[in-house]
Amino acid sequence: MSQLNATKVEKYRNHFLREVEANVEEGHWVKMCMQCGVCSGSCPLGPYWEHPPQEIFMMIRAGKREEVLKSSSMWFCTSCYNCIARCPRELPITHIMHGLAHYAKRLGLAPQNQATPKFAQYFWDNLYNGGGRVNELKLGLSLYFMNGLVEGIKTALKMRKIGQGMYFSKRMNPFEIFGGHSCKDSQGLKAALNKAREIEEAKAAQFKG
Amino acid sequence: MAEKKLGAYICKGCGIGERLNTDQLANVATREGKMSFVKQHDFLCNSDGVAMIQADIDAGTVNHLVIAACSRRAKTDAFNFADVAISRANLREGIIWVRPATAEAQETTQEMAEDYIRMGCAEVKFINLPAASNEQSLVRHVLVVGGGFTGLTAALEIAKAGYQATIVEKSASLGGVAAQLHKRIPNCSPFAESQSNGIAELIAQVQGNNNITLHLNSTVTQTSGAPGRFEVKITQESGSTITANFGSIIQASGFKPYDATQLLEFAVGKSPDVVDQLGLEALARQANGGKIKRPSDGKAVQSVLFVQCAGQRSNKPGHLPYCSGHCCLTSVKQAMYFKDSDPNIDAMVVYTELRMPGAGGEDFYRSGQNKGITFTKGVVSEVIPNSGSLTVKFNDLILNEAVKQEFDLVVLATGMVPNSGVNIEEVVAAPEEDKTEAKTATAAPVETKLAAESILNLDYRQGPDIPQLVHGFTDSHFICFPYETRRTGIYAAGPVRRPMDMNQAAEDAAGAALKAIQALENAALGRAAHPRVGDLSFPQFRKEGCTQCKRCTVECPFGAINEDEKRYPLFNEARCRRCGTCMGACPVRVISFENYSVDTVGQAIKAVDMPDEFSEKPRILLLACENDAYPALDMAGMTRQEYSAFVRIIPVRCLGSVNTIWISDALNSGYDGIILMGCQKGDNYQCHFVKGSEIAHYRMSKIDDTLKQLKLETERVKTYEIAITDIQRVPQLINEMANTIAKIGMSPFKF
Ligand code: SF4
Ligand code: SF4
Ligand code: SF4
Ligand code: SF4
Repeated sequence: MSQLNATKVEKYRNHFLREVEANVEEGHWVKMCMQCGVCSGSCPLGPYWEHPPQEIFMMIRAGKREEVLKSSSMWFCTSCYNCIARCPRELPITHIMHGLAHYAKRLGLAPQNQATPKFAQYFWDNLYNGGGRVNELKLGLSLYFMNGLVEGIKTALKMRKIGQGMYFSKRMNPFEIFGGHSCKDSQGLKAALNKAREIEEAKAAQFKG
Repeated sequence: MAEKKLGAYICKGCGIGERLNTDQLANVATREGKMSFVKQHDFLCNSDGVAMIQADIDAGTVNHLVIAACSRRAKTDAFNFADVAISRANLREGIIWVRPATAEAQETTQEMAEDYIRMGCAEVKFINLPAASNEQSLVRHVLVVGGGFTGLTAALEIAKAGYQATIVEKSASLGGVAAQLHKRIPNCSPFAESQSNGIAELIAQVQGNNNITLHLNSTVTQTSGAPGRFEVKITQESGSTITANFGSIIQASGFKPYDATQLLEFAVGKSPDVVDQLGLEALARQANGGKIKRPSDGKAVQSVLFVQCAGQRSNKPGHLPYCSGHCCLTSVKQAMYFKDSDPNIDAMVVYTELRMPGAGGEDFYRSGQNKGITFTKGVVSEVIPNSGSLTVKFNDLILNEAVKQEFDLVVLATGMVPNSGVNIEEVVAAPEEDKTEAKTATAAPVETKLAAESILNLDYRQGPDIPQLVHGFTDSHFICFPYETRRTGIYAAGPVRRPMDMNQAAEDAAGAALKAIQALENAALGRAAHPRVGDLSFPQFRKEGCTQCKRCTVECPFGAINEDEKRYPLFNEARCRRCGTCMGACPVRVISFENYSVDTVGQAIKAVDMPDEFSEKPRILLLACENDAYPALDMAGMTRQEYSAFVRIIPVRCLGSVNTIWISDALNSGYDGIILMGCQKGDNYQCHFVKGSEIAHYRMSKIDDTLKQLKLETERVKTYEIAITDIQRVPQLINEMANTIAKIGMSPFKF
């Protein structure tokens, strides 16, 4: 995937915008932003973002490929939909944020140490390798041990009471740890997912340098 | 009119009868007002009441009426009697609606009403019936100066309305700047694509119209006369001159593009690849839908930058301080030329504020974005030509960083400079100062000021062109009275009065055409134009008394007064707007109107009953402009706001018509305070007579001397600028004056 990132992008040209339009969900909306800033002002996370949505859109138009795709900003989006509700130009901002995050992840550019992309990866692996169903026990444990064994045990101990409660109220089955159950045609699903990735990657490859 | 037959009618409707002792009012009207009869009616404005008055008029028992009822602004349809003089005493809006219905207030409220009766009776005796002079004739022919888009459209509108139009165009061809455009900004839904400029069709229509006469290569070398009888000399380049008569004139002299060579930082002139918007139109016309080529080497442009507000909206010397109003739309249109020929061309617009005026402006912007034009907020600091491209430095204000970027072509959105002709205020001022010095020595600087060529060459004492307001645009009110200028019967349309695009210019042309037609029709009947449309009265002047001080000729906002061979003022009825500023100016008071004069107001002022110094009943005179202040006072009544019972309000045509004699007479006869209310003055004026309020404020700034002479406090006279919306403020100002008097005490001039 690394060669994809060698794409030469000229500033203030349409290259990156076109790339976003082709590969990012709802990406064709980016050019319609009129930079009013209502989204940034409405976003509850706005103050914590490196680049609030309006700025991200301008950066895309300015051809700042690396900065946008490597940014942690989109990963902060909580899907509250405040921005969509308020954008005078009716941009589906939330969707674009997730689209960008997703695209960055696929290109391997998403920030490594941020919790949201990590979680997304665990979730995906759990689903993809677990036969098409999310195994909550495994997903939970993998999150506990995300930061090493010691941290994991500490967290597990801290959460013990909740775990017990879930067990007794039949919300969690400890035997799921030995595989759990999958969907009917898990191999078929995997094949479908692989094919989808192939198509997406072919599209993205057009923007190689 | 022969004998004045006086009669008064008092209405008891709308609560007047309950609140006021109308029998007592009738007494005042007969005994003091000297009315030969007084009639009371329960509902004067209903058909029965109106019929009663009409019967008296028809029977010849009355021809000068006082109608004591509601405001003169109310029930104008009902109390609309032909060929009689009417004075209206405002008992409703002016008294019962602004006074509390309490027993304590009763006495002063009744006194207020009695005074209004006295004032009405005094006024009506001095009103004469105006009749049109014989100056008038009907000339159904409008001169249109300028054969650009605005002028052509105006001429066509005039012709369509069944009148004649003559276009005088300085150049050899019609169409002006619009004809140089490849395409124009859309004027109809969906406002997504630029459209044909339509000039060829417009010219064909004009040329094919029998009601339109064309003079190319021609200028107006002299304009004299007045609406309804303008006499204009039209001179060809060759020198041959014809003279023609017109009823009214439209000045559509358009604009010049700003001289971009002053913008050194943008490498104008250094690289042929830096062009202004008109320069790009020329390139686009050459390409005619194909790829636009850059001038330097003919290479097809792959990247283009539009710099908004180049030399505009800036206070740097030589720059235009205003926004030209069309350039953002124009840049979107021009960026589309590129995107439409090839979507892969990079077209970028750098703006500080993007402005998309007009109904479809935002749609057009969206369409531009949709085509992939890049917009960014920023300030371009420099364009550096280098081999094969242009390096542009700009600050991206959204991403907050300095950028350096290569482009094939740079387009500067420079502004519009109006073709207003000579700035008469500058020119008139200059020679006066130079008078003491030898004429020859000072000829040079005056000459340079005259560098602008006159458009109209008016044979008016006040100068050859229409007065300007700011930035060299002809003075024509932006919002309230568009097209009107300070020269009656001459209307400004298009970018000569404010910057605009073709869509707006088309509206302007239609508006000015209607105004011009209205003006010539009114002139033919001897009636005033805006804002006293239909008024037949005009200034009468008693030559024997005139001291030739020239104040009237100078102060008339409309240049209506010339000078005769003996240097006496020469009034031009049709040029006059009936503001009365001349009447207010005249120190010997020899100017008056039939129905509005130093006497009609002065006698009303004197008619007020003046309680003595120890009565604790002060009297405040309020002279209120009939255009804004008086309606605001009426509305204060409609909204039942209370104000002092000591005020006596008289409407005036314009604050400019207030002669200082009224003020000094009022002070001498014991008024304790005087308030003047006019419209907003200055560059953002709302004064319906443009300069009236300003002149009045100036005159009143001198009134302090009079007050000091009389040993009166200066707080006793106040002048305010009032907007029609100041409904809460006007009662406050009245009450303030009442409080001031309570503090400083009564005037000692009571008799
Ligand atoms: S609210 Fe919409 S138009 Fe405004 S800056 Fe955000 S995305 Fe752009
Ligand atoms: S949906 Fe995302 S980007 Fe939009 S306001 Fe909420 S958190 Fe911010
Ligand atoms: S000052 Fe007013 S009333 Fe007097 S001549 Fe001029 S326009 Fe007419
Ligand atoms: S202001 Fe009066 S005195 Fe002066 S020139 Fe005019 S008419 Fe004559």
